[in-house]
Amino acid sequence: MTDLISINCVKLLISALFYTCVLCSSVEQKIYVVLNETVPCVRLLNATHQIGCQSSISGDTGVLHVLETESDLDWILSSGPHPPYMVIMETAFFNRSVMMRMKNSSRVAGVAVIISKTGLADNFSPHTTCPNQNTGVYSESYGSDLANCNGTVWNPLGNGLSYEDFSFPVFALKDENQTQVLRKCYEDHNQRVNGSAPQYPLCAMQLFSHMHAVTDTVTCMRRTDLQNRFSINPEVLCDPLSDFNVWTSTRPLNNSAKGHAADESVVIAATRLDGRSFFWEQAPAAEGTVSGIVTLLATIQALYPVTQEAPPPRNIFFSFFQGEAFDYIGSSKMVYDMEKNDFVIDMNNVHSMLEIGQVGLRSGRSLWMHSDPVSRQNKSVDTEVSEEEGKLSLFSHALSRSPSFTLSLSLSQPLPPSSFQRFLRARRIPGLVLADHNTSFTNRYYESMYDDAENLNVTYPPGLTPDEQLVYETDAAKSLAEVATLVARSLYLQAGGEEKNLNNITADPKIVSHMTSTNTHTHTLTLTLSLSLSLSPSLSLSLSHTHRHMTSSHTPPVTRFVQYILANLTGTVTNLTESQCQNPSELSTENKDLFSYFWVSGPASVNGTREPFCVRASVRLSKAVSPAFELLEYGSRNYSTWTESRWKSIRARIFLVASRELEVMQPALVELTETKQKNISAKTEIMFIK
Amino acid sequence: MTLAVFFGCAFIAFGPSFALFVFTIAREPLRVIILIAGAFFWLLSLLLSSLVWFIAIKASNSQDPSLQRGLLIFGVFFSVLLQEVFRFAYYRLLRKANEGLAAISDDDSSAISVRQMAYVAGLGFGIMSGAFSMINVLSDSLGPGTVGIFGDSQYYFITAALMTLALTLLHTFWGVVFFEGCEKSRWWVIAAVVSLHLLVAGLSLLNPLYEGSLPPVYVITLLMGVWAFFSSGGSLHSLSALCTRKT
Repeated sequence: MTDLISINCVKLLISALFYTCVLCSSVEQKIYVVLNETVPCVRLLNATHQIGCQSSISGDTGVLHVLETESDLDWILSSGPHPPYMVIMETAFFNRSVMMRMKNSSRVAGVAVIISKTGLADNFSPHTTCPNQNTGVYSESYGSDLANCNGTVWNPLGNGLSYEDFSFPVFALKDENQTQVLRKCYEDHNQRVNGSAPQYPLCAMQLFSHMHAVTDTVTCMRRTDLQNRFSINPEVLCDPLSDFNVWTSTRPLNNSAKGHAADESVVIAATRLDGRSFFWEQAPAAEGTVSGIVTLLATIQALYPVTQEAPPPRNIFFSFFQGEAFDYIGSSKMVYDMEKNDFVIDMNNVHSMLEIGQVGLRSGRSLWMHSDPVSRQNKSVDTEVSEEEGKLSLFSHALSRSPSFTLSLSLSQPLPPSSFQRFLRARRIPGLVLADHNTSFTNRYYESMYDDAENLNVTYPPGLTPDEQLVYETDAAKSLAEVATLVARSLYLQAGGEEKNLNNITADPKIVSHMTSTNTHTHTLTLTLSLSLSLSPSLSLSLSHTHRHMTSSHTPPVTRFVQYILANLTGTVTNLTESQCQNPSELSTENKDLFSYFWVSGPASVNGTREPFCVRASVRLSKAVSPAFELLEYGSRNYSTWTESRWKSIRARIFLVASRELEVMQPALVELTETKQKNISAKTEIMFIK
Repeated sequence: MTLAVFFGCAFIAFGPSFALFVFTIAREPLRVIILIAGAFFWLLSLLLSSLVWFIAIKASNSQDPSLQRGLLIFGVFFSVLLQEVFRFAYYRLLRKANEGLAAISDDDSSAISVRQMAYVAGLGFGIMSGAFSMINVLSDSLGPGTVGIFGDSQYYFITAALMTLALTLLHTFWGVVFFEGCEKSRWWVIAAVVSLHLLVAGLSLLNPLYEGSLPPVYVITLLMGVWAFFSSGGSLHSLSALCTRKT
């Protein structure tokens, strides 16, 4: 008994010793090189499917191989002797056929895609060919011959990669230095010499991106609900995609009076606020989204002063919808609120709608107006739409500084994917969507990582400093400013304003330049402000790159950014103190229902100090989460059901792996040492004198 | 496959000492106590010497690699000396304990002889020294990677295990010889043990030139084993008796 106890004591001691040295990491530093900048692809779920990528819970390890030629592809998929492989994929090979072959192979442990412009194909869109085809307005019961892109395929270059489900992790390599580290490790250890296989030890990479949610939203939300109900420490598995829409109006609307607003007839001007790509939180979306945002902001800047001096009879309601890439989350929520009388206006208040789609690539200087042919079969709607078109056409001639600027009507075509479709689903209101394409997108990189400033042809003459670039009027800026002027004037007319005021409405290309200046070194689109607005304590607005991806967590910068620009453009400065600004309802002159109040730190003066002040503006945020989650219909066919999985850690590291023979040899040595032990120990009494 | 490395290295490093423990020490509680106390004494010596080294490191310029190397060498040799001092201190403690044990026993003689105590104390030192050498290396060997991406030798784990094994055995033999030297007041024995310990520590500084460190250390281990055998009362006669009597 005593020897058992003593053995247990020693075992306890040894296991305690094991845990003491967990933090001694010097050997670990000899083994692993941790990659700092990781851009993963994550898992998203909807009512019926899961998409995206997933690793196993303890990471996926594979021997590195760089995919540069076709023979490399054969090596990885069939002939290489050290499967599974971790593929470093050159840009040219990131297409559907190669990725599908990898998906069907069991010899691929993961993929790391090099993101660069060298070797980039002429077009690359990982989105589907028919975006949002199930949640638009066209269905079996409404325009069935136009549904599912039977009439027009909007994104013919789409390969649908973003909507595939991969069982191995896919990461993006954006940092050139890191890619260099990987290449060096590959060249030092894994390179084939004269066609023969490389020798151990080989360079390997391990990717961690384990996702907690599986199958679909229904399953995931059910499991989350079970956790929330029965677990002491509930583990949420997935989150619905949610964020905020930003809206403002030329006449302030009472935010606490929900439902039908008396004597209000509203013209809605809308655009989308989000983008996406194959990878998480990477969505430059320059042509897809930024062109629309900038145009609408410039429109507001041009229109607002005139609407204050000579207000038109109808109110103009500007709205930026978030989450449109994922089955129209923002617009469906706003329509839902309107129908439930939970919004400042309802569908009866809406007179007409004008939406700004992708307007950045106007080749040949032509802009197209899209309308819905099915609703125009109704005579009254048709006349309204024709009037709207007429007003828009009037100004294409008026803008004849560039005489080749033509506005054309897109006939007998369905509407392109746009927020207006969700409004049409609720009520047949007249509306138009402006776009730079007629039948299919001119954007060859729709919803991909390559839809950046270069795609928008934003170029500067050489030799300009960054400050000069900020104010230089690029061609892209001028083009967007023209569109903005057109939209502003037609909105004013649509709202019933008088023609004599129209000449005062002009968008300033300088403001547009400010808003779309690019950092030519990195080719990312930067949205910068001429003033620096910062809301205490810490949110400052010099964004270095755009995050227009809808996340399921805190408000991403772009929503705040647009909110503050709108406050800047449409707000008035008041002389309230900071505490009054935060609690304006105490003052009789201020109205918290009509306005929101922002405490801003103001522009930096010459000696670096800032004088903060209070801005009053009628800019509001409204929650953009799919109505399916409010109604608890997780398998809904009518509303978006997209959720994003949660995860614990996403990281990557590289190291060397030894051959199996070396590893197996070591236990064999143990045998030799153990056999002699017992013989000798039994004979100690012979050997030694006590 | 790295579980293979983990278990292989663990058994290489700790197999013999574990077997020695199980077959010779585990049945006798007194020996277990002496073993654990010996391990604790080694731990104390490591604590003190690492304190000194740590203070020296913090007080020095961390950007100078040759200075850091020099401080490491100083730390190693100081630690060796301190371990031997603690071995001597443990010897004194055990002598005192031996007298106490003799006083309380029935037949006025101690339940354990000094030679047995020497062996057990040496093994205690060895096990603790091996544990500290090997544990963090073992925990890192569990991961999928092996050493080498920065140019180090890929045989790191197995050479660490072999070195640990040698050091464990060496501590056991040194314990036997050292206590014998103290008993018989042969101070040259103690000096020899200390200098051999310094030599082995110095050889380990030759790593990663494993050809320069491992074979000499194993030669020394063998020689020390022979010396310990003869110093604890063994003889060629008893060896031949061992081989003839197969039971």
